[in-house]
Amino acid sequence: MSGLSRRHFLVLAAVSGGGLAVGVAGRPAAARAGAANRLAPNPFVRVAADGTVTVVVKHLEMGQGVDTGLPVIVAEELCVPWSVVRVRQAPADAARYANLAFGKVQGTGGSTAMANSWRQLRLAAAAAREMLCQAGALRLGVPRAAVTARDGAVTHAATGRTLAYGQLVAAAAELPVPQDPPLKDPADFTLIGKEGAVGRSDSRVKSDGSAIFGLDIALPGLLTAVVARPPAFGAVLAHLDDRRAQSLPGVQAVFPIPSGVAVVADDTWSALAGRDALVLDWRDGPPAAGLSAADLSTGAIRDRFQALLAQPGRPARRDGDAEAALATAARRLTAVYEVPYLAHAPMEPLTCTVRLSSGRCEIWTGCQSQTADQAAAARAAGLAPTQVEINTLFAGGSFGRRANPTSDYVVEAVEIAKRADGPVRVMWTREDDIRGGYYRPFFLHGLEAGLDGAGRPVAWRHRLVGQSILAGTSRAATVKDGIDHTSVEGAADLPYAVPNLTVELHSPALPVPVLWWRSVGHSHTAFATECFLDELAAAAGADPVQFRRALLGDAHPRHRAVLDLAADKAGWGMPLPAGRGRGVAVHASFHSVVAEIAEVTVAADGGFTVDRVVCAVDCGLAVTPGIVRAQMEGGIVFGLSAALAGELTLDGGRVAQSNFHDYPVLRLSRMPDIEVHIVPSAAAPTGVGEPGVPPIAPAVANALFAATGRRVRRLPLGDRIQPI
Amino acid sequence: MISLVVNGERHKVAAPAEAPLLWVLRDALHLTGTRFGCGRGLCGACTVLVDGRPVRSCQLPVGQVDGRAVATIEGLRRDPQAGTAFAALNAAWIALDVPQCGYCQSGQLISATALLMANSHPDDAAITAALDGNLCRCGTYRRIRAAIHRAAAALAGAHP
Ligand code: FES
Ligand code: FES
Repeated sequence: MSGLSRRHFLVLAAVSGGGLAVGVAGRPAAARAGAANRLAPNPFVRVAADGTVTVVVKHLEMGQGVDTGLPVIVAEELCVPWSVVRVRQAPADAARYANLAFGKVQGTGGSTAMANSWRQLRLAAAAAREMLCQAGALRLGVPRAAVTARDGAVTHAATGRTLAYGQLVAAAAELPVPQDPPLKDPADFTLIGKEGAVGRSDSRVKSDGSAIFGLDIALPGLLTAVVARPPAFGAVLAHLDDRRAQSLPGVQAVFPIPSGVAVVADDTWSALAGRDALVLDWRDGPPAAGLSAADLSTGAIRDRFQALLAQPGRPARRDGDAEAALATAARRLTAVYEVPYLAHAPMEPLTCTVRLSSGRCEIWTGCQSQTADQAAAARAAGLAPTQVEINTLFAGGSFGRRANPTSDYVVEAVEIAKRADGPVRVMWTREDDIRGGYYRPFFLHGLEAGLDGAGRPVAWRHRLVGQSILAGTSRAATVKDGIDHTSVEGAADLPYAVPNLTVELHSPALPVPVLWWRSVGHSHTAFATECFLDELAAAAGADPVQFRRALLGDAHPRHRAVLDLAADKAGWGMPLPAGRGRGVAVHASFHSVVAEIAEVTVAADGGFTVDRVVCAVDCGLAVTPGIVRAQMEGGIVFGLSAALAGELTLDGGRVAQSNFHDYPVLRLSRMPDIEVHIVPSAAAPTGVGEPGVPPIAPAVANALFAATGRRVRRLPLGDRIQPI
Repeated sequence: MISLVVNGERHKVAAPAEAPLLWVLRDALHLTGTRFGCGRGLCGACTVLVDGRPVRSCQLPVGQVDGRAVATIEGLRRDPQAGTAFAALNAAWIALDVPQCGYCQSGQLISATALLMANSHPDDAAITAALDGNLCRCGTYRRIRAAIHRAAAALAGAHP
């Protein structure tokens, strides 16, 4: 086994395949005058002399399809065939690659990739197309209006004379960049919104093992590190004996870092063996947020949250007078819903590779928050942010975990690289991932509603208790009047017409790190609101779909459209045999609206299966319908994994679960049939990465009620429901 | 020194006999298409073929591999036994855009290859049985199933 050449090859492959974008993108046109062999009028589009088009993608490809959906926009506006398009990942550079939905920072999240790039990329590609057309017209000696762009070439309609883009790039690069180029008429789209028009740009490398993820980066002299982390939140290291670890072959160094004890070795197995050989004495730390370790148990947390449910919280919404209307309602219903802590558990555990040299910090990782990570790495390394280069690789999933305001795993890797004898890749094991915090927070929802004599809801009071994700982070300023909007999203904007409606929030502090988890607040608010609404429908003796339609009225046409479409496709109302049931939920998130109808079968012993899910989505214009469907399916699988079996429990600050045997995710054998129907729309595209998740848990719980008459108000549902 | 035949090539590696094959493949032989997902035999991301059968390489001490033929995703296309099935699956995977994040897909493809080598016309139950240990957090299961059926049909067409 040799040696350097192979390693160098891998480094080059990594950089050209998924790595750093370099070159002239973004330089002003004048700076290129005279020397251009390609057209690069803005940071996103480059047309080469051989006719290939490189699209620079500023978002992380983590499975959601940005490396396809965004380049399709460029191919369409530029009028080139899909086959000439190449994809590059943008470097960390907020000045050029900020997420327009986030302000001045670069990053991926909130299902914003398509929505914030849609107009930006159309304009970027249209500018390039106009410059090529202008150059073509000049060369042909005809007016601009006499030529058209098609199939990567400029054609003079009257004579049929054609010039390929590649022949025109040098001349086009000399022209001024149009600031407000005309956009294509959507009626002329041949790729956008067209079923099967393009294949994913990353299918090939992800079907032959050649895709480069964080752990695959090879550098000369690269070391591997793992970290022994505290076994309980808040625990501190009282004693470390590393003599045996240090004596193992392959182990290079053992040293404490802020997040634990790092073991640096020549290879992964030596690092893991070294970590196993550490003798560590962890002690409970001083109380944090007034809590000792004993308070950090699931039962104690539940009790504390229950007590808060009895008290009014901070108002997140107040319409009318819910208390008065409850007092006089003909009928009152109350229910408490509970959801557990959840880990993201992306298939690729976290990894980050760092190489420090004088005045420079190079990072390779599936980076989701380039600007924040760049700043945090710079602080840790004692450098300026501009001295930190981030090579954004494919991420093997994230679901929110990699977008952390604390940049925890990046900072940790820099801390290790500072003391290691060379570049180092830091690997998290699955146990590190499951027990490492940054969870979807545990939440209790207390709901109370009043119906009038005709069964119409006249009062709705929703009290939420759960940790704030934003409090105490760099984004704490977005918490207004004590309301973290990520705690109440999906609850405070309840779409149903209830004249007296109150939503209140308690945000108790706990030393358990929490974070956004695919669909964030919606991941639990949809469960509480859509199940409770089902309870109201049952109390009113109404059909769950009709009950929702009536309360949505004319104010929410997108909700009604997805509800009607899903109901129609699912055969809502058609009789089912005994033991089977259908449940519905509809929920808006990330500017999209999704309805899901689940069908379950419950056996005599209460064991149940989810057989079928029909999903209808309005996400505006579906740029790549196949990817929209894949994201809906993926969201349903992700949400169903959590709804059926996802749960982390705490005992004295220790997380009981550790790997896929006790934190299971959905397998092929429990996969329901899923159908996804997309509402035709000409509106600008909205989110698809997350909105498929929220409706599935309530749809399944409501289906179980339909099949058995039993309400399940706590997640996970397990695989058995107690028969009545 | 441990002697290994991987993708038809003989290698000698200096690794302790108890080191899992996964880390020898990745760190010593730089065959990084075999992925690490759980390290406990629970997810299937690290699946390779050993003597034609799917094995979790994170659970197989390299000392036990001595003399047996290992095939990884990188070598499957050229593999005399598995190559035909793999090529059909690879084509179906791309045609149906199976991968999302892609991290689980090497393992899925290896398990699917082993299935088609043993059963040229698997029904849904056979597919479920063969791939139930390969987790996909992105939820690509429906397309995986469809792609296996498509590959089986393509192979049947190629060899009537
Ligand atoms: S890494 Fe081997 S089964 Fe998960
Ligand atoms: S494609 Fe992401 S885990 Fe399977």
